Amino acid sequence: MKNQSIKVLQGKKKHVLETWMKFQLSDESLREDLMSNEELRIQSEELLDAFLTNLKDDTIDDPKSSAFEAVVDILSGISISRAKQGFTPRETGIYIFSLKDALLNILQQEIKDPQELYVQSLKINKLIDSFGVVTFETFIKGREEVILRQTDEISEISTPVIRVWDGILALPIIGTLDSSRTQVVMESLLQEIVETGSSIAILDISGVPAVDSLVAQHLIKTVSATRLMGAECIISGIRPEIAQTVVHLGIDLSQVITKSSLASALRAAFQMLQLTVVKKQRVQSITE
Amino acid sequence: MTIVREIDVIPFRNRLKEIAIKIGMSLVNQTKIITAASELARNMLKYANGGNVTIEVVSKGRENGVRLVFVDEGPGIKDISLAMKDGYSTGKSLGLGLPGTKRLVSEFQIESEVGKGTKVTVTKWKNG
Ligand SMILES: Nc1ncnc2c1ncn2[C@@H]1O[C@H](COP(=O)(O)OP(=O)(O)OP(=O)(O)O)[C@@H](O)[C@H]1O
Ligand SMILES: [Mg+2]
Repeated sequence: MKNQSIKVLQGKKKHVLETWMKFQLSDESLREDLMSNEELRIQSEELLDAFLTNLKDDTIDDPKSSAFEAVVDILSGISISRAKQGFTPRETGIYIFSLKDALLNILQQEIKDPQELYVQSLKINKLIDSFGVVTFETFIKGREEVILRQTDEISEISTPVIRVWDGILALPIIGTLDSSRTQVVMESLLQEIVETGSSIAILDISGVPAVDSLVAQHLIKTVSATRLMGAECIISGIRPEIAQTVVHLGIDLSQVITKSSLASALRAAFQMLQLTVVKKQRVQSITE
Repeated sequence: MTIVREIDVIPFRNRLKEIAIKIGMSLVNQTKIITAASELARNMLKYANGGNVTIEVVSKGRENGVRLVFVDEGPGIKDISLAMKDGYSTGKSLGLGLPGTKRLVSEFQIESEVGKGTKVTVTKWKNG
């Protein structure tokens, strides 16, 4: 004998879809700005089709059944794309949970025996809840992808090379200096050295939270590469706590020119280029 | 917290920093424990394909501190005393991670079994 709720729901597919759409369209969190009602309807019908077709006696108690793969696929696709489009978790959750409301609503109308209604409602409840979990898992995954992409973008825009003076470049590094970041820093620095013909580069690490042996190694590599290009590299912005940590760690930075602040690095750079900065008044008195 | 990717290190470090600030650790000691933590986390990633770390606030008399336990199920370390030497590295690196970490923390303990994994426990006292 076919499970009663399967019979009811498959027979009333159109009705289920209408009820579901009604619930979705009347919810206050409906995002007509992000998705048209027509699109929503197509998406909902596709999911409902996959769900009801595969709802069988042996699958109704088993949300992990391979028969529901199509359902899970559609659902995952929907929630990943919603995450990327900027839907909130609530707006995404409403989609699947309003389907549950619709299914239960139909069961209630069609199954007269209270005992049977209870048993069937429980089954549908459990099944849809587990699809709900899938929805949230993939939603989070979608958000993580967005975050990862942004991280990449940030690391690219947050390593500007600044021409502070003729022949002097400055590169303020803010945030963690991991391997991929170092690559970006090094490439843009070397490129800029060539383009501007600069002979001094100042790497300011005031905004780097910690210097461990990997970061130190990255810094040393960047300095060596700069020297190979015939330019000198000064590392500035070494805070007292970083200096102490680097010493305890045992990192040897003695081959590198280091300065505590960007200002003192700039002063050192002026000296190397044999430039002096003097007050205007004194200049006047000399020329007089 | 599980650490299986390089980006997992950032939330872990932020969490550690929060806790260190909460118990009133000095800036220098904060920086030292955070640096030590990032060395150990990276070793776990590089040599053991990731692992797990727990952060715990501990106290001894009037002194508070944080304790970190790094556990992995990687290949283990054959010769611990060699791995603890400055400059020893099987990864073409500086070889400063383990010995440097030991100098940065107040208490350092390492256990390792080849084929089983490695467990490193470090404690940094607030004023230690
Ligand atoms: N969790 C681990 N599992 C297995 N082997 C490890 C682990 N941690 C360290 N080792 C071994 O100990 C050696 C020394 O580690 P250490 O952190 O001191 O240096 P490194 O990682 O090679 O270089 P650095 O940390 O300076 O970049 C490593 O090269 C590696 O062979
Ligand atoms: Mg290491």
